[in-house]
Amino acid sequence: MTVAAALTPERVWERLAEIPDPEIPVISLVDLGVVRDVAVEGERVRVDFTPTFLGCPALELMQTLMADAVRELGGEPDVVVRTDDPWTTDLITPEGRAKLREAGFAPPGPRPAVGQVQLVDIQRGPFRCPYCDSTDTRLDNIFGPTPCRSLRYCESCRQPFEQFKTV
Amino acid sequence: MSSQAPPRADELLALADDELVLGWRDSEWTGIAPFLEEDVAFSSIAQTEIGHARAFYELAARELGGTADTLAFDRRPEEYRSSPLVELRLVHDWGRTIARHVLYELADAIRVAELKESDDADLAGLAEKIEREEAYHVMHAQMWADRLAESDDGRARLLAGLDELWPYALGLVEGAQRERFLADVAERLPFFFPPEVEPVARGEHVDEWAELWDEMTMVRRSAPGGRW
Repeated sequence: MTVAAALTPERVWERLAEIPDPEIPVISLVDLGVVRDVAVEGERVRVDFTPTFLGCPALELMQTLMADAVRELGGEPDVVVRTDDPWTTDLITPEGRAKLREAGFAPPGPRPAVGQVQLVDIQRGPFRCPYCDSTDTRLDNIFGPTPCRSLRYCESCRQPFEQFKTV
Repeated sequence: MSSQAPPRADELLALADDELVLGWRDSEWTGIAPFLEEDVAFSSIAQTEIGHARAFYELAARELGGTADTLAFDRRPEEYRSSPLVELRLVHDWGRTIARHVLYELADAIRVAELKESDDADLAGLAEKIEREEAYHVMHAQMWADRLAESDDGRARLLAGLDELWPYALGLVEGAQRERFLADVAERLPFFFPPEVEPVARGEHVDEWAELWDEMTMVRRSAPGGRW
């Protein structure tokens, strides 16, 4: 089998699905939803990538890891950063959300149908504790250790936890 | 809503410079904010603002050449288009810091919402992305303004800051955007009655700017052409 014959979008997707998020390694880049498209033309592999948070320091590392993965498959990578169709937390896959919860990160709520998330939504919304499943939780800090996370506290099991922000 | 022509590079630079300089000023609270949650909050806000600056610089670089880094750090201080509002050094004064925070975020939300209508798909998409992230800054600013307004002392400090910074805040927006800003301020900060003053437009830099520019570009100037 030649290298070119082995290169299919499916193989590339499978390989990209093995790359862990640099900051939250329980979830892969594919589960995170940042890989938007893969196109293979001969040895050239174009990967369309949309950044999570613009201030996230892991963005460049993600691109490097994807390019390296394509090279391992024998392809010539072209990782294209797209800004015309921005990433949203709604793109995190159901599998990704389950993995986040298992690791103690509460997955993001859905984006509002209209407008932006409001303070009242994150203060009063039924956010579920990833440890005990209670919704008796309160917002501790809109901001957390990385741009993508808020801090919440569970009144039921008295455990602080990290909540993925909805964007 | 009507669409608009892609903003010229100098408008992108103004947006980018505002976010970069404000991000830098916000980061001065890291480690010395009134409590730990605010150390985390202002550090995170600073990081996001600088991320937005980088994205705007990258778009500007398509027209001007260079990279986000060369635009951010290789210009002379007088070439920056930042607003005086973001250049002021407010660290150690929480009331003025929250005053700037809430005025800036309310004005910035109006600018960013308009950019979403741009004919340039990359800029429109970027604005949509930025708006979602900035929504958390607006929440944080509003929460703090409301909290300070609850006590006599807090309200006095916040109002002193709002009065002082108002001319600079007006300079961030013009025309229909300014009308919208006045309406938003009246709605969101009902305890504040803006003074009748002339706006201070961008173009002039405040005295503290030279020192900040020196600090911000120091590492890059120490090793011209260096790579990290």
